[in-house]
Amino acid sequence: MTGAILQVRNLRVYYGTPGKPVRAVDGVSLDIGESEVVGLVGESGCGKSTLGRGILGLLPDGARADGEVLYDGRNLVAMPPKAVRRMRGPELGLIFQEPMTRLNPLLRISDHFRETLEQHEPDLTDAEVKRRSLETLGRMGIPPTRFRQYPHEFSGGMRQRIMIALALVLRPKLLVADEPTTSLDVIVEGQILALLADLKNNFGTALLLITHNLGIVAESCDRMAVMYAGRIAEEGPVREVFADPAHPYTRDLLRSTISLDTTTLYSIPGAPPNLIDPPPGCRFHPRCPNAMRVCDQLEPIEQRLDDGRRVLCWLHGPSERIPQGAGAPLEREAIGVADEA
Amino acid sequence: MKPEAAAGTVEPAEGEPLVSIRDLRTYYSIRGSFADRLVGREGGVVKAVDGVSLDIRRGEVLGLVGESGSGKTTLGRTLLGLVRATGGSVKFEGREITGLPERKFRDLRRRMQVVFQDPHASLNPAMTIAQAVGHPLQIHGLERDRTQLRARVADVLETVGLAPAEAYVDKYPGDLSGGQKQRAVIARALILNPVLLVADEPVSMLDMSVRAKILELMVALKRDFELTYLYITHDLATARVEIGPAEAIYADPKHPYTQALLRAIPEPDPARAVPRDLPRGEVPDAASPPLGCSFHPRCPRAFEPCGWESRDLRDLLEARWARLAGDARVEEEEAVVGDLDVLDRPSPEVRMPASRGRQPQEVVALLERIRAEDPQEPFWRGVDRLEASGTHVALDFQPPQDPRLEPVGDVSVACHLYDSDASG
Repeated sequence: MTGAILQVRNLRVYYGTPGKPVRAVDGVSLDIGESEVVGLVGESGCGKSTLGRGILGLLPDGARADGEVLYDGRNLVAMPPKAVRRMRGPELGLIFQEPMTRLNPLLRISDHFRETLEQHEPDLTDAEVKRRSLETLGRMGIPPTRFRQYPHEFSGGMRQRIMIALALVLRPKLLVADEPTTSLDVIVEGQILALLADLKNNFGTALLLITHNLGIVAESCDRMAVMYAGRIAEEGPVREVFADPAHPYTRDLLRSTISLDTTTLYSIPGAPPNLIDPPPGCRFHPRCPNAMRVCDQLEPIEQRLDDGRRVLCWLHGPSERIPQGAGAPLEREAIGVADEA
Repeated sequence: MKPEAAAGTVEPAEGEPLVSIRDLRTYYSIRGSFADRLVGREGGVVKAVDGVSLDIRRGEVLGLVGESGSGKTTLGRTLLGLVRATGGSVKFEGREITGLPERKFRDLRRRMQVVFQDPHASLNPAMTIAQAVGHPLQIHGLERDRTQLRARVADVLETVGLAPAEAYVDKYPGDLSGGQKQRAVIARALILNPVLLVADEPVSMLDMSVRAKILELMVALKRDFELTYLYITHDLATARVEIGPAEAIYADPKHPYTQALLRAIPEPDPARAVPRDLPRGEVPDAASPPLGCSFHPRCPRAFEPCGWESRDLRDLLEARWARLAGDARVEEEEAVVGDLDVLDRPSPEVRMPASRGRQPQEVVALLERIRAEDPQEPFWRGVDRLEASGTHVALDFQPPQDPRLEPVGDVSVACHLYDSDASG
């Protein structure tokens, strides 16, 4: 990593409900280095998409954020929305899950690019707009002969390539991709991931890749953060985390992944908690096979391991903070078969 | 769908197959635009399933694997009688079922049930779980006694892991998680005691961590109820878990498409992740599939007989121009070649006029230059003749041949690489 371009510090995002708020992101810190590919994984509802949106200042009405998102010396959380909007595009880009719904069906591909570039770089001549657009599209495998076509004339994979090109044409420093391949077939998914993993070579862009697919993280990312119930359970280099997961949740998540080598199926008992009233202490304790008595009493304290990894789990200490006798196994009720997401 | 998309049955079982499909064809007609209909022009047809033959034996899990648009869902729907077959034969328990009237099909559906991909869309949001799961018994008039009905519903809910059933019977789908809904959908299918369950991507809408649970349930139900599955998926990793005897295909995939599908699965092990060479392009338009083998435009091992044609030339040029985007050569080359739309009509013989003010020799020279830059490109193996002919460029490809499904060892493969008759 050559210095962080984005630093998230103790970010909290709460959604208002008629009762208590939903604590979707609850005290998250994360750095993203220049040209680095960081994977953000977790089950549905763990807050990973909210974190991605929080970074970009794209939270829905009724959401409140505090903490810091530091970019270029400025805290985006404290900036007026208008100023953040100006940064989205040229500084911070975003790729969504559903490429079909993000392109205007009435506009040609060329118009999408002209509009984007005119908005953020009004000094470009028409010829420069065209050259920049065709070049970026070409790198995504879209030929110049199709520049004047409409979105419906493209396949799903091509539309996602167009969306990525549309984000990259402004040469952002950081791209947030939220499940960018979920609606695509496996071969096309592979093609898109290869493009994304190549961003740092081709464009020098850093990438935050949000996904629930650990295979994708293993193949494309330098570093990964595992999120559970609004918090980061473990964060570190992909190789280290996969080889020797430090958090029981990471370990179980890896075990439950189905791949070609899978011979027996494994699943994590129980379901992620609701984030209005999360369990006390460690939020994973009701599902954790290693839970100790301390785990339902005290919130774990983030520990840094020797290899630079961060982990939020009492198994890694600090032992002096665990009360006398609270290192014994936790006794609790059995979890029902269908208590699942 | 061409037969290569079927992952195939492997282990022979005793007796007559439960389902026997022969040369099944299911076409959808395209109505065309309003203007087309005004002038009486017919729309085309989409050959979603085109000449498929396969057997499903009792107690077997047949994995039907392919990308979206490959026709695998249409095959499942044709089997269930939800769409009409255009031709060919489907025998269920030895009885021909294509062309059966809807009324007779309804009786058959007690024996063959389906679980769809999207559990959120499969349950009526206004019906409680008990109503939804018990509904098939009422429709088929199998249970009129309310107490009995409720008991049977509770029974099947517990079978699929929704236990205790009292906690679920009066809930609405909106109260349940995705995995729980899919369990309810499976319960609704099971309550009729079917022999065949068609599962169309039953876990692909679910979270990774829940997929294993639903697959575990399906494996257990198959064992306990002696079910036969047609498991439709694009995910070979989950299919592997389901299909025991398919080992031969996984261990030694024959067809380049099967190889590509297997290679495309992300490997959850960063120490082993290797750069993957993936096939280019996407699933072809079923309304106008490629000539010869449908996979040939994407196939790294395609050769002479695979069905090279006009649209492959367009793809070759467009891929080149995308690669060179920003380079001055692109505009020059586009100017020489002119309008590519003449290549859109599928044909193994291309007669292309030179662009206005250009000579056909210039186009030939350009194509020869492209060939010289990458002579290994499979496209060129298909080119039989390339020359200027009067005012046109004449480009003839090798005659296309349709690959037939042939036995190779334990499996069946439709690919010219395994076909001794294929010239080339």
